[in-house]
Amino acid sequence: MKRPHVVANPWQQLRRFTDARIGLGRAGTSLPTHELLAFQLDHARAQDAVHLPLDLARLCADLSALPALAPLGEIVQLRSRAADRNQYLQRPDFGRRLHEDEIPRLHHLSSNTEYDLAIVVADGLSSQAVQQNTAPMCEALLSALHNDDQPWQLAPTCVVQQGRVAVGDEVAEQLKAKAVVVLIGERPGLSSPDSLGIYLTWQPKVGRHDGERNCISNVRPQGLSFSEAARRLLYLLKESRRLQLSGVDLKDRTTSDTSTIQNGAKNFLLPS
Amino acid sequence: MSTAQSLLMWKIQNDAYWHFLCISSLINSFKALPLVCNMRYSYTLGSTRYHFTNLAELMAKATPARAGDRLAGVIAHTAQERVIAQMALADVPLKNFLNEALVPYEEDEVTRLIIDTHSADAFAPISHFTVGDFRNWLLSDAADGATLAQIRPGLTPEMVAAVSKIMRNQDLILVAKKCQVTTAFRNTIGLPGRFSTRLQPNHPTDDSTGIAASILDGLMYGSGDAVIGINPATDNLAQCQNLLHMLDEIIQRYQIPTQSCVLTHVTNAIEAIELGAPLDLVFQSIGGTEATNTSFGFNLAHLAQAEAAAQSLARGTVGNNVMYFETGQGSSLSANAHWGLDQQTCEVRTYAVARQYNPLLVNTVVGFIGPEYLFDGKEIIRAGLEDHCCGKLLGLPMGVDVCYTNHAQADQNDMDTLLTLLAVAGCTYIMGIPGADDIMLNYQTTSFHDALYARQVLGLRAAPEFEAWLEKMQIVETDQPAKLVDAMPDTFARTLEHLSDSDSSDARAETGQ
Repeated sequence: MKRPHVVANPWQQLRRFTDARIGLGRAGTSLPTHELLAFQLDHARAQDAVHLPLDLARLCADLSALPALAPLGEIVQLRSRAADRNQYLQRPDFGRRLHEDEIPRLHHLSSNTEYDLAIVVADGLSSQAVQQNTAPMCEALLSALHNDDQPWQLAPTCVVQQGRVAVGDEVAEQLKAKAVVVLIGERPGLSSPDSLGIYLTWQPKVGRHDGERNCISNVRPQGLSFSEAARRLLYLLKESRRLQLSGVDLKDRTTSDTSTIQNGAKNFLLPS
Repeated sequence: MSTAQSLLMWKIQNDAYWHFLCISSLINSFKALPLVCNMRYSYTLGSTRYHFTNLAELMAKATPARAGDRLAGVIAHTAQERVIAQMALADVPLKNFLNEALVPYEEDEVTRLIIDTHSADAFAPISHFTVGDFRNWLLSDAADGATLAQIRPGLTPEMVAAVSKIMRNQDLILVAKKCQVTTAFRNTIGLPGRFSTRLQPNHPTDDSTGIAASILDGLMYGSGDAVIGINPATDNLAQCQNLLHMLDEIIQRYQIPTQSCVLTHVTNAIEAIELGAPLDLVFQSIGGTEATNTSFGFNLAHLAQAEAAAQSLARGTVGNNVMYFETGQGSSLSANAHWGLDQQTCEVRTYAVARQYNPLLVNTVVGFIGPEYLFDGKEIIRAGLEDHCCGKLLGLPMGVDVCYTNHAQADQNDMDTLLTLLAVAGCTYIMGIPGADDIMLNYQTTSFHDALYARQVLGLRAAPEFEAWLEKMQIVETDQPAKLVDAMPDTFARTLEHLSDSDSSDARAETGQ
């Protein structure tokens, strides 16, 4: 449709390669009306998504239904020290720590021999990401772990409400796990309200800093696939166990077989 | 003594107490704080005497209110206490900042850098000032651009942070506008009347075609003179190298007078250089205390090593500023590494780190960390102006990522306000993102359109070398650099003919069409 006073961009066809807002056209040099309002609708939705609560019962049911998780026992439901969403947003220090009442429960679950790995799920800033993507991601991860030549002794899976990344350190420390993988809802973007972030920490304990973690981001059907995320995570886990560390000294040196890497630099701006 | 006199009676006592730095019980959980030399500051208002244990407390309480300082427990308890602190701070001699380290010299390499590189000669002309005098002088005609450049080596970040706390927003704009900082690599950044952009073509899986699509979009809107810089979706080394090669080939093929950067960890950049990757700029997020930088996984030696490595490649054509730093208020608190300081003071200390390594660009990502540090549009706007002014005073090519997250109380209107204020203040560069929506980092910043708006209303222009290229490529009208050509330039229109059938079928498969 021709819009008066809007200069269209002939490269609009490139939108099939990216969710980025390219080829929007312009009124003068400003945004055309319909693009301005489309943006504001997306922003309104993203703001609402931050406050959408996690359906914990449904998530636990989804996770319990995974055959590989079932032998680990019931999903452990935990709370951080943040009482509600508003406090969570304003007090990140509360979101990083477990509620005092949860510690004895975890003691009860810790094993005489150390677990190799604890999987901790936290709602973070997008319950939608956790709701939709945790179960398939866990399935992919467990399948990858199963195929590793060295066994991985897993701790009971934990879900923390109003949790931030570092809360996984405390959970894993209490469980006496050698490593923790935290699956957490990333801040919702306008076009990606459902991105799952994955953080790996070796020898987790309260006080670990971010330079001691490895992160895999943007895990969702339209972003990094579950299988690719699991492949990279397994690489990092194996290296972490071999080198006894995580963080900036643990480099991701995987060579990917996905088209992204194989394509290298080739694209329409650089035809061969 | 009359009441009026007593109201104006300021007492700054330099009693040279030795005490434990103990800001408040709220931060007792932080690392054991050592014995440092402190001076006690106090002020009497009527019959009430206000005490401030040391400069750190005084600075924190004098800061305009914001979420992160409340979170850290260092904020003034009342609005009146804040102004009292500002009044007391205004009477502190600048010399005190050289005698009272806010973070102990022995335990922090950033403090050592600040103290060890301070120039007494450059400081001499302003050495008799109080913080309040310093503000007056900065706003006066005596402080022109050349004079400000001369005193830079005599300024410590703490002096600059202190004076900014007693400045209104218009003061921050006026003083920043006076400061000129010019840097260069393949073009010249920061000339008067120029306003540059970083083309940020991020993609959630680093797909090269998706990234190229955003690059084309940006170039067609005149964006990318500060840098074409990608935040990679992972820290995978092979992927970083691929991206570096791709950016280098695009810049070479179209002869774009700009530079590229893949914003990966400094240790990755060093390794990439060793592996022969075509790296223009070394990136690193930096903080204002050694402990913050430790949490980022680097130290000052890494930065020195990286700068030397990148300079040895000699890839610049008109200059050799090879570093690109990003900063932002709240990172030290977030890393539990703020030593009881307010977040703005930590931020300005960061600029001491930056200026040591001659950066081409420094970018404060002002609203990125989240509402726990800057709660809403008002706090983000104030912080953006502070960062820009303080960075410029210390001699840095300051850009601002005018941005917010979806869990903050802010929207595009707030960004328009900050963008306009910064452009008036002579901001070096801002971000350019398709439609202001970063699909990888999940936040909103400024769009290509936004930059053109600022250039249009204020008569600002792109870097000269880049502007000449925009004209040559027929992206802007000849002799009218502010006006985009309506038709797509031939060179780039032809690139769309290279879109193969396989490209489109892959894309359809991905989107499920």
